[in-house]
Order: sequence, then C-alpha cells, then structure tokens
Amino acid sequence: MTPRLAVRKTYKMYINGAFVRSESGRSYRPEGNADMNLPLGSRKDLRDAVRAARQAQSKWASLTAMNRGQILYRIAEMVDARRDEFQEMLGGKPRHAQEVEDTVTTFVWYAGWTDKFQAVLGTVDPVAGPYFTFTLPEPTGVVGIVPPPSHSLLGCARHLAPVLATGNTAVILAGDADTRPQLLLGEILATSDVPQGVANILTGSVKELLPWLSAHMDVNAIDLSGCPEPLLADAERNAAENVKRVYRFQPVAPLSPYVMAEAIEAKTVWHPLAR
Amino acid sequence: MPSHKLPTPESTHQEAPFEVFGYAPAPESTSIVSLAERYDCFINGEFTPPHSGSYFPTINPSTEEVLAQVALGDSADVDRAVTAAAAAFPAWSGLTPGERARYLFRIARIIQERSRELAVLETMDGGKPIKESRDVDLPLVAAHFFYYAGWADKLEWAFPGATLRPLGVCGQIIPWNFPLLMLAWKIAPALATGNTVVLKPAETTPLTALFFADICQQADLPPGVVNIVTGAGQTGQALVEHPQVAKIAFTGSTEVGKIIQKSLAGRGTHLSLELGGKAANIVFDDAPLDQAVEGIINGIYFNQGHVCCAGSRLLVEESVAGILLEKLRSRMMTLRVGNPLDKNTDVGAINSKMQLEKIEELVLSGVAEGADLFQTPCTLPDKGFWFPPTVLSGVAQSSRVVREEIFGPVLSVLTFRTPEEAVEKANNTPYGLSAGIWTDKGSRILWMSNHLRAGVIWANTYNRFDPTAPFGGYKESGFGREGGLHGLLPYVEISR
Repeated sequence: MTPRLAVRKTYKMYINGAFVRSESGRSYRPEGNADMNLPLGSRKDLRDAVRAARQAQSKWASLTAMNRGQILYRIAEMVDARRDEFQEMLGGKPRHAQEVEDTVTTFVWYAGWTDKFQAVLGTVDPVAGPYFTFTLPEPTGVVGIVPPPSHSLLGCARHLAPVLATGNTAVILAGDADTRPQLLLGEILATSDVPQGVANILTGSVKELLPWLSAHMDVNAIDLSGCPEPLLADAERNAAENVKRVYRFQPVAPLSPYVMAEAIEAKTVWHPLAR
Repeated sequence: MPSHKLPTPESTHQEAPFEVFGYAPAPESTSIVSLAERYDCFINGEFTPPHSGSYFPTINPSTEEVLAQVALGDSADVDRAVTAAAAAFPAWSGLTPGERARYLFRIARIIQERSRELAVLETMDGGKPIKESRDVDLPLVAAHFFYYAGWADKLEWAFPGATLRPLGVCGQIIPWNFPLLMLAWKIAPALATGNTVVLKPAETTPLTALFFADICQQADLPPGVVNIVTGAGQTGQALVEHPQVAKIAFTGSTEVGKIIQKSLAGRGTHLSLELGGKAANIVFDDAPLDQAVEGIINGIYFNQGHVCCAGSRLLVEESVAGILLEKLRSRMMTLRVGNPLDKNTDVGAINSKMQLEKIEELVLSGVAEGADLFQTPCTLPDKGFWFPPTVLSGVAQSSRVVREEIFGPVLSVLTFRTPEEAVEKANNTPYGLSAGIWTDKGSRILWMSNHLRAGVIWANTYNRFDPTAPFGGYKESGFGREGGLHGLLPYVEISR
C-alpha cells in the first residue's frame, strides 16, 4: 500500500462566525514550522471583527443566563472531543494534556457562573429612605483580548470564558507564534452554538494590530495580559481615548469570579416605595 | 462664538399662573464659622506652609468676597504629603481592622456634631443653597463615613473566597460641586480598606476639606493617614505624576479624566474615574406628570445643575410634551433664586466666573442653533455669579446643548414616540452616568432600566444618593463605583 497523501488543512481566522483568510491576502510561517502558512490579520480584519462583536453583543447579553451557560458548557464538550488534536498541536507532552484538561475545566467552570455571578457581584442596597434599590452587574460590551502567550490554548480560555459568561463579546488578538491551537478554538466555537460575532479570533502581529484594537472607539474594555511590555504604555494611552477599562492578569487569569468583575458594569436602579 | 445676545431673564418674563407668595428673608447666620485669614497644607498631621510660600484667595461666589487665602501647593508639597502617607501606610494598614473602624466612626460622629458649621461653610465657599448643604450634603457625608467604618472590620466577608489587600498611597482629586461629599466618597472607603491618602480639593472650594483636616486632628487620626494639599490643576498633576502613588481616584470632567488615564499609561497605577454625564430624564405619557415635574426640577436645578448626573436632557413622549412643558414652566416660576445662605433659596450661585462663562457660551450656542429659551423670571443679585433656571426646547440631537455637558441649570428638551426611540436617544451619547424614567408601568420601568446604558437609573425619582448604593458610570462617564460593596473594589487588590 502506498503511503497516504494527507489532505492538509488551511488555517483560517474566525471572524463573525466565518472562517477567513486575512482580507490582505497575507500569511506568516511561525518560527520552526516552515510547512504551514497562518493568516496574518490586517487592521481591516480587526475592524471587521470589532463590528461583528458589536453587532452580536446585545443579543448575546439578552440570551437567558441558562442559555449562555449551556453554550459555554458545549464549548467544553467540543474541546474535550478534540483533546488529542489539541495536545498534539500544543507539543504532545503530558503537560500539554494537562493544558487541554485545564481548558475543559475552565469552560465548565464559567458555564456554571453565567447564572450565579449576579449573586456575588450584585447587591440589594438598604438605602436610608422609602426606596427599593438594587445593583446588577451588566456586561461592559465589546472586549479586546490579548491573551498571555505562555499558554496558547489555556490563555485564550481563561481570558475569554469570563468575558463571554457575563454577556460581553470578544475580539482575541492571538499573536503570530504557532497559533494553530487558537485557530482550532475558533472551530470549537463555531460548533458550540456560539452565535456569530460573539467571539472572534485573529492571528497576526500584536505590534501591528494592537494600536488599532486599543484605539478602537467601539471597544469598551481591553485585556492587555499578553501585551509585550514595550507596547504597553502606548496601548494604555490609546485606551484612554474612549475611557476603556484596562486590565491584566499574569501569568494567566485565575479561576475566580472576580476576573468577571473586570468587564462588567454595576447598574444601580432606584424606585420609590409607596401605597 | 454665536453672535446672539442672551436675553435677560426679565425679557422672557411671563405672567405667573397664580399669585406667588413673597418670602421674607431667612438668612442662616455665618457666625458659627470662624475662618482664619489663611490656610496651609495639611501634611503628616500638621498644617504646613506651602513650599512656594504662595497662597491664593478663595471667594464666596454669591458675593465675590474673599473668604480666606489658601496654600498653593506645588510638587514639593505633594512629594512631602505622599512621603508622609507612605510612611503612615504600614502602621495604618497594620492596625487591627476594629481600630481602623473606630477611627472612622469617630470621624463620622465629629462630622455630625459639627454639621451646621460645615454646612454653612460649604454654602459660603461653593454657593449652593444652605437647604441643600444642610439637608443633603452633610447628612450624606456623615453617613458615608459611618457606612465604610462598618466595612473596615468586615472585609473578609465582603467578597467570598477572596483576600483583600490595600493598595498603598491613594491620590484623590475631587471637584467643586459637592466638596465635602466628594471628599467623603474618596476618603472613607480608602481608609476603611487600609490605604492612606493625599487629597487635592478643588481650587474654588478648598475650605471644607481644610476643616476636615481639623476633624482628623480632633479624632486623633495618626499623622500621615490623611494629607490635604490645596492648589490648582498643576497640584493635581503633580499628584498624578508622583511615582509613589499606587492609585489615583478622580472625579471631574471627562476631558481631564482622559488626560489622567493617558498620563498613567504603562505605569501600573490603579485608577478609578467618575466623569461627566448628559443624562436623559425620560417621561412617558402615563407618568404622574406633577411628580415628574418635581423630578425634572430636582434633576436639573438641584445644586444649580452642577451635578455630573444631572437630568440635563428631558426626553418627553410627544403626546404629553405640551402639557408637561406648560407645567414645568409654571413650576419654574416659583423657584427662588438668590442668596444661598437664605433658607428659602432653591437655586444658589454659580460656583465660579469661569463656570458661568461656560454656561453662558453654551446657552448662547443653543439659541443660535434655534432653541426656544425659557427662564425663571427673577432679579439676580448685582454681585456674584448667577444664571437663572433655563429650559431650551426645539433643540436637535445634534445641538451642542444636547451633546455637551453644561454643568449648569440648563435643561434641553427632546421628544420621542416609542420606548425604543427613547432608549436610542438616551443612549446616543458617549456618556453613561445616569438616567431617569417616569411611567406608571412597572414592566416598562424594568425594560427601560435594562436597555439604558447608565450606571444609575432613577425610576419615578431622581438625584437620590446613599452610601449603600453604588454610583458610577458606563462608557466615557468613567469606571469604578463609589458607595456600597462595589465601592470597596477600587481600593483593594483582590486575590482569590
């Protein structure tokens, strides 16, 4: 029998629920992997992703918490089903199996938070007067994420799941290392009933794209955990242009409900009590 | 600059629909306040002359009389204050939580004991009606310290599973519209969580903060825990730029907030911002209109409209716009504008000449863009800074008076036909601090609250504040909350 000739996969970014090459037609070869061409996203790709995230946001936030939880759980199921593929892409060592396992755990954990974070991050406010007053956490809106590069898969999971759980939508800037795991995560999202535009994954140069993401006036918050130090000050300066919420977790966001607090707004509602 | 001249209040005079009572003058005595000729910075528990040797006058905006000379703090003073706060931090954060609580309870009590003195001083230095400083500002100031005093020894139960650590030295910069209340909103949660502070009061209203320094001494608060450096914008800038400051908390304009956020870029300094607003106050056709009128008046003329959450855009359902505006105008005829120290005064003095000029310029631009102007007919005092309660109707979404924060007693009126349109118009602003909803329909209140992108929603009420209720903005109105459980978060590092 002749050796099987593989049907190779074209790696594509995940924007607005579709798998796309960069509109710029550019690609890059990650260091040490001369045999693959990964998409080198452009600033137009980035704008498309932000627009998709914005369009998807209010509907995603208005799904029932139960429904969002089921979708996040479905992501965990899909990662679990392709754990071998992920492990091999990550490097094939036992620690990579652990990273996949931690990723599954992360999505399961946040799946359960979608209808519980309100109990931890919301309050009834006993004001001194005849009013019923309460404070609810609401999504901030569109969140730009530069995940920590140290864990290509888990970094995405730990920084994306809390943002999605609370009803935000996201644009992930995955960088230009070997980003196959992040691109595979796009395939997972596409088959987990995540509505189009809710999570977008771009690959490419952080140095090239971050100025546009951090300055984008329709991005409400930005997670700069994976931002290289030399780019940090500029990114934060850009972020001030529309008073973005800026946050970082290093080396990687913990499993904690307070990570969700970074991309929520507290809304306080007052109403008088009267007969 | 528009070429129109602003009509005087007299020229828009209309007949009151009924005979309005005259009120005899009822001035509050100022004898309870004894002012020194000049005030130094409060650093490390002591009043310390400024490094520059310079002082600037603070005036009563209703009379333009100089009340006192106040130290012009510079970067050397800021540095001394930050050094004192940093030196005090280990001991203060290392106190037992119960002891920190007791200091804050003490401060709350002293504020209650001295509340009349502080209320009168607040009105003298800032121009707000004594009715408000006495019945709103001061009770809230004391309540805020009382509330966060109670948190100081309960932090381990604040956020389940998490450990909280104080940040260190907090630089706090506050505005002139609620001088002592903003001080309370800043200092109480910072101290409760174990931080030490350097506070920069607003240039035009530094006096109550300096009296608060005296209260810290009365309370035997350890030196350096609270430091107060008076001055202008450059003093605040020196505080923002100081490398030993772990956190900046700022309340003020969105413009300055952005400058601060930019100058902190890449430094890892914590930041919370409470910035401007352009709140929609939305009235549906089924609203109790008379109540709504009271809410509109309170929403925009409370504190001369110098309120970041002021209901400065009235959105009224088209079918009741005519009757509502008629009721609003007739209610405006009864507003008493004048001496802030008079206990009957509803609307006091504009805080400064600069602010008055800004209000005048914006209202002129509104008239130039075609707005109909209505103002409370009143005789304004000769001295001081005054602007009569004003309504601009016939304005467009694109008008400057609809888009820009005026921070004065000026209401712009727009109409809508459906709840969706009301939401669309209300959210059509970079701001997102507050909003009002007036309707008898409960489900509509909840639906509207859900869709309005603002941090505080008042339904069938407006401008209510309480230490237990978080306050703060969405979008370009800032981030972080003040008040309530959420008000602890900007002052701690949280680890699970």
